[in-house]
Amino acid sequence: MSQAAIDLVYREARLIDERRFDEWFDLFTDDARYWMPLTRGQPDGQTHTSLFYEDKLLLKVRIERLRHPNAFSQQQPSFCQHVLQQPAVERRDAASGALIVRTPFIYVETQLDRQLVLAAIAWHHLIGPDEALRVRLKKIDLLNCDAALPSIQLLL
Amino acid sequence: MNRYRDNPAAIRGLVRPQSIHRDLYVDPELFELEMTHLWRNTWIYVGHDSQIPAAGDFYSTVIGREPVIMVRGADEQVRVFPNRCAHKGTRLVSAVHGSCQGGLLRCPYHGWTYRLDGTLRTIPLKAGYEQTGFEQSDAARGLTPLNAVNYRGFVFVRLAPTGVDFHEFFGESLSSIDNMVERSPVGRLEVAGGVLRYLHDCNWKMYVENLNDAMHPMVAHESSAGTAKRIWEQGQPAGPAPMVIEQFVPFVNGYDFFEKMGVRVYENGHSYTGVNFSIHSKYSSVGEYEQRMSAAYGEERARRILGEARHNTVYYPSLTIKGAIQSIRVARPLAVDRTLIESWTFRLVGAPDELLARTTTYTRLINAPTSMVGHDDLHCYRGIQEGLAAASSEWVSLHRNYRESEADGIAGTYGATNEAPMRGQYRAWARYMTAGMTGEP
Repeated sequence: MSQAAIDLVYREARLIDERRFDEWFDLFTDDARYWMPLTRGQPDGQTHTSLFYEDKLLLKVRIERLRHPNAFSQQQPSFCQHVLQQPAVERRDAASGALIVRTPFIYVETQLDRQLVLAAIAWHHLIGPDEALRVRLKKIDLLNCDAALPSIQLLL
Repeated sequence: MNRYRDNPAAIRGLVRPQSIHRDLYVDPELFELEMTHLWRNTWIYVGHDSQIPAAGDFYSTVIGREPVIMVRGADEQVRVFPNRCAHKGTRLVSAVHGSCQGGLLRCPYHGWTYRLDGTLRTIPLKAGYEQTGFEQSDAARGLTPLNAVNYRGFVFVRLAPTGVDFHEFFGESLSSIDNMVERSPVGRLEVAGGVLRYLHDCNWKMYVENLNDAMHPMVAHESSAGTAKRIWEQGQPAGPAPMVIEQFVPFVNGYDFFEKMGVRVYENGHSYTGVNFSIHSKYSSVGEYEQRMSAAYGEERARRILGEARHNTVYYPSLTIKGAIQSIRVARPLAVDRTLIESWTFRLVGAPDELLARTTTYTRLINAPTSMVGHDDLHCYRGIQEGLAAASSEWVSLHRNYRESEADGIAGTYGATNEAPMRGQYRAWARYMTAGMTGEP
């Protein structure tokens, strides 16, 4: 179980980096959330603003926009690379049955001469059997979530 | 370079009735003059008094180039002080938000303390100042409060000791703040939901202009809002659209919609789009909100308050508000080509939490550094910043729907695709850049 979970976390990051967004999208359950809070210890994404709080509809919009011929901010395309620390299986969530995996990482996003480097910790909540493990929640605790940030155009 | 310092005629020459000189966006000297003139002569937004609910609470920020502290006094009064010890100039507080220990502001360097009204309370080894002339110095006066006005919770300062009066400056444009406050059943707003801080590598004026620019959404936001609309419609939805779709889709309404929403322009650079309706008009009603409003104000007045769905109100030069969804965006200029945009959201006190969820959703979709819509806009602002380096013309066109009668006054109501709001901003720019400037005849 642990190895399948760890493999999935590595694969998930690699699919973003390789811009294989359709395959990436399919890793998420239909009720999944992709969440990057705006503050440390933020309890929810409803009554507090987040940097990302995407359901599958919004994720679909995001990846379709990246391909849109008039996505002007991407006419010089952005690229990114995740550098992951070894993911660690933390525990199984009693309520949802999800396996929780913690992964500190460095994220680099580049667009021609501009490069942005961010540090974060990803919390993956994974459900399903080993051979069909999927992501129900990816929560990203951005180290400098309270900083004035430039555009982040891809996905952490 | 000293082309513009103490040269009001040269500054006024940069603003023509229908066009402005590119130096307004790209010249570092003009930027520094904006900070020492425009941003001192006009009323700049500091913060909201709900950020400092209790005596001794403070909020610190920077107005133009000057660090300030907004403090709630023991007498409940909100005062704004320079964030600068009267002794050697040390910043008194470094946290953004906090509370003064023991009801005193204490300098972290030599321990001078100040009461919450700014008066100097103690200096260690005070005897050392006897017979030194200290009592006659600026330092002995402690912290002098800046000219501040708390308008229904929104706190503004005018750094210049003399100049235009608050109500004269904003005039009837304050009706947008009134409407935002009245949307609370108890007439009170509270900052809630966090603040987005988005670095824009462009001049502040591109951002402020864009808030009343009704000609860009259908072009700039085709890839984001247009994609949201397409994906939702292709899914052949059976039920009502979710909140995010309600919020995205009106961005790609046609020119006719944006023209007819209307824009009201005031003197001094203020204006709002959405006189008749706006992209916020058709949001679904939320929970028990409308019932609570009717109970508080009576049905007729509640309908009138909620019937105003103004799009963006510009309180030139620093503040823009969206009363209809209780969010504000504050421009904090950092350099000629760098601006921090802060987006704050508010709870309507007495209204259901779903209203706060609506505004936090909107601000995340539109104002975050991760926002697709934000990426669309910033790409264009940066494009202007870099494009204006091309010397093919010195002038930027603001001709759309210009009429010579504007010479007598620009206040009025227009179709919203008119560039009158921008022309109004630059009339105010020239006025408050040169007011009191040395060299003024």
